[in-house]
Amino acid sequence: MDVFLWVIVPYLCLATFVVGHFWRYRYDKFGWTTRSSQLYEDRMLRIGSPLFHFGMLGVVGGHVIGLLIPRGWTEAVGMDDHLYHYVAVIGGLLAGIAATVGLVILIYRRRTVGPVFSATTAMDKVMYLFLGAAIVLGMWNTIAGSIFTLGGEYNYREGVSVWYRSFLAFNPDPELMADAPIGFQLHALVAFGLFALWPFTRLVHVFSAPVGYLTRPYIVYRSRDDDQLGSHKPRRGWDRVG
Amino acid sequence: MKVMAQMAMVMNLDKCIGCHTCSVTCKQAWTNRTGTEYVWFNNVETRPGQGYPRRYEDQEEWKGGWTINKRGRLALKGGGRLRKLFTIFSNPKMPKIQDYYEPWTYDYATLTDAPAQEHTPVARPKSLLTGKDMKITWSSNWDDNLGGSAATLEHDPMLKKISDKVKFEFEETFMFYLPRICEHCLNPSCAASCPSGAIYKRAEDGIVLVDQDRCRGWRMCISGCPYKKVYFNHRTGKAEKCTFCFPRIEVGLPTVCSETCVGRLRYIGLMLYDADKVLEAASTTDEHGLYEAQREVFLDPNDPEVQRAAEAAGIPRDWVQAAQRSPIYALINRFKVALPLHPEYRTMPMVWYIPPLSPVVDVVKDTGYDAEDKGNLFAAIDALRIPIEYLAELFTAGDVAPVDRVLKKLAAMRSYMRDINMGRDPDPSIPAAVGMTEEEMYDMYRLLAIAKYDERYVIPPAHAEQAHSLEELATECSVSEYGGGNPEIFGEGSGGLTPIAVENFQMLQDRQTADSVASPADKSSRVNLLNWDGKGSPSGLFPPRQDEPRDEEGTP
Repeated sequence: MDVFLWVIVPYLCLATFVVGHFWRYRYDKFGWTTRSSQLYEDRMLRIGSPLFHFGMLGVVGGHVIGLLIPRGWTEAVGMDDHLYHYVAVIGGLLAGIAATVGLVILIYRRRTVGPVFSATTAMDKVMYLFLGAAIVLGMWNTIAGSIFTLGGEYNYREGVSVWYRSFLAFNPDPELMADAPIGFQLHALVAFGLFALWPFTRLVHVFSAPVGYLTRPYIVYRSRDDDQLGSHKPRRGWDRVG
Repeated sequence: MKVMAQMAMVMNLDKCIGCHTCSVTCKQAWTNRTGTEYVWFNNVETRPGQGYPRRYEDQEEWKGGWTINKRGRLALKGGGRLRKLFTIFSNPKMPKIQDYYEPWTYDYATLTDAPAQEHTPVARPKSLLTGKDMKITWSSNWDDNLGGSAATLEHDPMLKKISDKVKFEFEETFMFYLPRICEHCLNPSCAASCPSGAIYKRAEDGIVLVDQDRCRGWRMCISGCPYKKVYFNHRTGKAEKCTFCFPRIEVGLPTVCSETCVGRLRYIGLMLYDADKVLEAASTTDEHGLYEAQREVFLDPNDPEVQRAAEAAGIPRDWVQAAQRSPIYALINRFKVALPLHPEYRTMPMVWYIPPLSPVVDVVKDTGYDAEDKGNLFAAIDALRIPIEYLAELFTAGDVAPVDRVLKKLAAMRSYMRDINMGRDPDPSIPAAVGMTEEEMYDMYRLLAIAKYDERYVIPPAHAEQAHSLEELATECSVSEYGGGNPEIFGEGSGGLTPIAVENFQMLQDRQTADSVASPADKSSRVNLLNWDGKGSPSGLFPPRQDEPRDEEGTP
């Protein structure tokens, strides 16, 4: 069971995530968009969307630090457990609350504003379910686990993080996850479910974050593709002469 | 010198009768789809008026186009790259659907479905966004012919600039129509605003296009364009804009709006320009100097040096010849009667306008004087400050002198040609008074008044040997092979690449077999008789017979 939950399922989700993105990019570039609903409504969006997105950027940053950086490294730069815990909880809470409040505003908006609701696909709804569950469980772990230490003290940097790094190194150690509190286990499972769904939702827009905009020239010139005018390759026997 | 070719348009506003044929045919061709109900790549505004979307010209509010920053350099008025990325989650300057208008249809089915009742049934307006009943309060040409202008005219941003002199009295008012398409600017701020780099200017003909596969729906182009001519397709989540009907242009046909223009007021042709000078011209400090600065960017296709440089830049010989015959070059640089729309946005627009003389002529005629007499018209142009200043706000950033010169040329042409038409001796002093020769005046008359089809449209086609694979012909693959994607999951329009002609064909076909009020959930269940071509009997045309299973496969 442990192997199934903490080895097979995660790798299946990871494979879906990678292959799914490749497939989506290859066959559905036109569908690759944020599908913004700002045109319909922007009073609530103006507050909710930046709150959620900036919050999520913080959350993702926090996960990168928490999961990928081993405990030894932070100790090596003179950061003891207490200080790390302090920074992680404060930062995690701030980002988490921003993301949660933002998400609540966005979901409320999506349900109550007529045009936005009718532009919501079934996949959106499933995605919101997973995303919301992942965030709620994550907040629960932070608040109940790290602040009030319900269900005993647990240092995820000794357990979940080590397992995650072993997972990424293709040498997974399922025991570490099996020993983790149920909150962490659920959070991880829901998150992997979200990763599996990812390529088939609007979340793909995350990978289009336009950082290239900072360096490219303002005006883009493009030539009509001389090898391929129109949408097709010229048929055999119709080669250009000019 | 870096020679580039630009497909450009000039509209002669004196001839526009405001019939909206251009808008309607454009919409039929390009934006008759769900998601683009509110989108008019071509719209006709009555000026003075607020325009579409409402008050789009007020750049202090919308922050479109370019501006000169504190260091004296050209910068996006809506903020630079970092600011764009910082506000990407919610674009603070994006117009709301209400600034355009909430699209609607009518519940026509009630007219035939309603049970017998005392009162005649009514087709209620239904919102195309929510499907619910709605009250229509605005549209793309709500203030057509100054309708309702007593309540709305004061919001015209251009009129506001000169409003202390304007009296809102109808007997003193003036009016003309302003058809607008995308300006296909030399220095497009929409392209500069696009974080994904999806909007590009075609190197061959300067047409500004949105790459639908690279657009990610960040919406910065919509606020970046000062003319508000990039639109958000709310179903596909992608930006769409006027394409200058490039599939038609490529095979040498004029755009749909031009081809169908009843007044024959549109001109299409090539302009050669020096790409190296664009930035410098757009950075001209004095707003009044922008019109002249842009004219200086254009190159004379008859100049041998320009021809050599054009050849070096890979511009085909027949394109240079087309540039020599270009009506646009004649109107902008030879006769100098065409002016750019809002040069102060610094985007170097390439759809220019010949300002209307008719408001002046009307006033002179109403006073009982001879409205074709040069002296009367010249005096009226000088006396009628308000129309002239208003035109100047539109076309020359408020500089009255160029508008005055153009109107005097048009007035001179009127009087000069009248002498000829009446069989009198032409008066050479009339062209001389506006700095033209008699021959030039006659040529201008021929281009503006006779306006032969092949003189209005000088469009060199993309080369014939390539023509078979151009979009519009799309001969390689039968229409039915396209499509796919799953709208339920990824949103409308997802799936593989489909040529525009085929996509339009399929969407039109879908539409022709649908008449649901809002979202086409039951596309195949009903038939819109307005679009039905009379062939076959589509499923849903007749109710199913009771003894016979429902025919699923209708003949379109």
